[in-house]
Amino acid sequence: MTIANDAGAATPGDPGPAAAPDAARPVAGGGVLRTPAVWVPAALLLGIVASAVFAPLLSSASPEFSDIGNTLAGASSGHPLGGDGVGRDVLSRLLHGGRQSMLGALVAVTVATAVGGPTGLFAGFFRGWFDAVAGWVSNLLMAIPGILVLLVVIVAFGNNIYTAMVVFGMLLAPNVFRLVRAAVTGVREELYIDAARVSGLRDLRILRRHVLPVVIAPVIIQAAQLFGIGIIVQAGLEFLGLGDTRSASWGSMLNDAFTNIYLAPRLLVWPSVAIVVTVVLASLMASGVRDAVQGRGRSRSVPRRRAAVESLRAVLPADDELLRVEGLEVAYGDREVVHGISFGLRRGEVLGIVGETGSGKSQTAFSILGLLPSTATLRAQGLTFDGTDLLACDERELNALRGRRIGYIPQEPMTNLDPAFTIGSQLAEPMRRHLGLDRTAARQRAAALLTRVGIRDPGRVLDSYPHELSGGMAQRVLIAGAVSCEPEMLIADEPTTALDVTVQAEVLDVMRSLQEERSMAVVIVTHDLGVVADICDRVLVMRDGHVVETGPVAEVFARPQAQFTQDLLKSTLVGAPLRRPVQTVREGASW
Amino acid sequence: MLRFFAHRIGEAVVLVVGVTLLTFAVMSALSGTVARQIVGQTASSEAVQQKASQLGLDDPFWVRYLDWIGGALHGDLGTSWFSGETVNSLLGGKVPITFSLVVGAILVSGLVSIVFGVTAAVRGGWVDRVLQIVAVAGFAFPSFVLGLLLALVLAVHWRLLPAFGYVPLGQSFVGWSASLLLPVGALAVQVVAATSQQVRGSMVDVLQSDFIRTLRSRGISPASLYLRHGLRSAAPPALTVLGLQTIGLIGGTVVVEKVFGLLGLGTAIVSAATQGDVPIVMGVVTIMVLIIVVINLLLDIAYAWLNPKVRAA
Repeated sequence: MTIANDAGAATPGDPGPAAAPDAARPVAGGGVLRTPAVWVPAALLLGIVASAVFAPLLSSASPEFSDIGNTLAGASSGHPLGGDGVGRDVLSRLLHGGRQSMLGALVAVTVATAVGGPTGLFAGFFRGWFDAVAGWVSNLLMAIPGILVLLVVIVAFGNNIYTAMVVFGMLLAPNVFRLVRAAVTGVREELYIDAARVSGLRDLRILRRHVLPVVIAPVIIQAAQLFGIGIIVQAGLEFLGLGDTRSASWGSMLNDAFTNIYLAPRLLVWPSVAIVVTVVLASLMASGVRDAVQGRGRSRSVPRRRAAVESLRAVLPADDELLRVEGLEVAYGDREVVHGISFGLRRGEVLGIVGETGSGKSQTAFSILGLLPSTATLRAQGLTFDGTDLLACDERELNALRGRRIGYIPQEPMTNLDPAFTIGSQLAEPMRRHLGLDRTAARQRAAALLTRVGIRDPGRVLDSYPHELSGGMAQRVLIAGAVSCEPEMLIADEPTTALDVTVQAEVLDVMRSLQEERSMAVVIVTHDLGVVADICDRVLVMRDGHVVETGPVAEVFARPQAQFTQDLLKSTLVGAPLRRPVQTVREGASW
Repeated sequence: MLRFFAHRIGEAVVLVVGVTLLTFAVMSALSGTVARQIVGQTASSEAVQQKASQLGLDDPFWVRYLDWIGGALHGDLGTSWFSGETVNSLLGGKVPITFSLVVGAILVSGLVSIVFGVTAAVRGGWVDRVLQIVAVAGFAFPSFVLGLLLALVLAVHWRLLPAFGYVPLGQSFVGWSASLLLPVGALAVQVVAATSQQVRGSMVDVLQSDFIRTLRSRGISPASLYLRHGLRSAAPPALTVLGLQTIGLIGGTVVVEKVFGLLGLGTAIVSAATQGDVPIVMGVVTIMVLIIVVINLLLDIAYAWLNPKVRAA
């Protein structure tokens, strides 16, 4: 009775099924133990365990002997922490109580691992009906409210806390099952590619040699967390007065303290501290091991929101220039991907930026829009749009430009629409914000835009969700969105790459006619020289973050100067009938 | 959509039958001694025998369970073995207490988790780190220990809030809220620890997705970007975690009710189980599983509302 069990429950520091295969990298056990984040909590935890094991040596008083004179007494030389509600020595009960509390938790963890581990191993490795049945049982067990079952069990079976913890271990087993199963499934996929089976290794050997090493680290991490949960649940049961209340445990101490909460509130402190500290140490140790095994490099912490921006020196743009980029550098950490490129764009001009994958052309486009990922650093001597220094703009000022005066067309249509909103609402939102249109006006305008980009049934598309559209339709919707507020400049990042060849031609056609109709300036990023030939006035050839050549398209194509441009032209144009369909469609178009 | 809910309701039925059957089976292990306890230690063995057959303990296990479930389907949860009162009247007044606790804790932790998770994902840096530490700490505090400490400091020591007892909603809204504030807070902490981490994680993933970048390129406001678009896509996995947390919350209420002296279903089941009053135990278990089922169905509806693909299916 959960919504989608596959998504899994994320407790803080849950190793998580997805993370499990990463643990495959062998890490020497000694290496993990040498990490302070592991050995410090481990040593402290060991200290708590030792204090429980050697309790009789640390306290001479009996944990169960009632001394009426010591009832609710304060600290004294004989009783360093005083006496409890029936005159028993608090220190002694605290030390001895650790035995029952930690032993109970250990019982639960052992049962959970012993039941869930092998089941997960088999289910993940052999699949089939066993996997199906085990998965079903595991889902059912996870939906059972544990405390209710334990309550009944403990009463029915002689008030013994350890029986309850065995049952609790069974209820925890699905956690281990799912973790191990996910890890094994991951390895299993690799193993088929691997030669292990081909070379005749038997299943048991594969399990031992390839699967076990992957599973052990996540299971240890999880065991530490389940240990904490076991301590908490057991203490809860004992606090309710279940189990043998005479024998010392942290939970029964809480029960006694609760009865005397008005008379001696300090009695609450010791068992609470013991429980919380033990649980915290266990989960700290778990996350320490996880970090040591998986490496901190891919830490999940989130960096600052905006890319760091640095203006080196303002450069004044020429007269009719709409956009001026001067000395633009983009870096990720120490790795610079764009090395100080410069170019300008006049009003109504179409500039193509071409280059191979990884040449820095998309990074350049995102720099202009202020949409670099937050891990990037941007430096430039100048980045101005119509006299506005984009580097000096904050997010609010950028938002006034983006969508309104600068439009953006992304590469991959299917992932660039919000899956949770209708096309109509996604198209309307920027228009309502930038142009102040009301709901009806925005919808009318959106419908007109859709018709303009060649969608025949705008009413239906407006009410559709992105997953109901084809790639070509989605790209038309994105183009409509980019031009909805009549921007003066359009930035298109490989707008046709993800589309079928015939659809490419149509989409390019829409862009070209929109550009001509509104005389927009366009920066079009592409690796397709056919697109450049088709639509651009000027071209900028990039390689490895440098500009290798720039000039009017006809000139560059006729007399390429750089060797790289020559190679690029050869590889695309020689004997390539690729652009034919475009020509055909264009002849058929009406201008 | 219909298939989605048919599937969910099927799962709910399996859960209710499974849990009640399990409880019934375990409780029937007690049946041998219960009749003796009811009639008293000094009663003759004939009297014990008579009581046992009166309670139907002579019948085979399956007959007794089917009897019980037949009654339950008609809304009749039976009669207490000890007091002779009907389970419905005994538990009727207790349901609102436990229900307020669970629903209150779910609502509070859902809201707080969204605030924490979104803030951590959007702000990043030290804000993120502090919130992660808070989550780990919250995870280590069992709700009843936290409840005890809260009661001790705020109610016993400073006398800011009532430490014990429940004020019905019909009687006084302020009194009702005040009586629930501490227990709901104590219950919510662990749920927030788990759920806020999930909100944060899926929010971080969503914020890196292409459509968020495209939305930013359209110049929409940050509030709409993060709360309308980002959160809507990040919410479904968080709802799943919240649904799983409901199950743990039910256990939490049993303990927290004792801490704050709330005479709800939790206190009822503890005393009934200790006595061996099977009808009451069965009644509480059934109602609690139904609370879980209802909350999860509501979360399913929210899930379907957030996810157009589920709605269409």
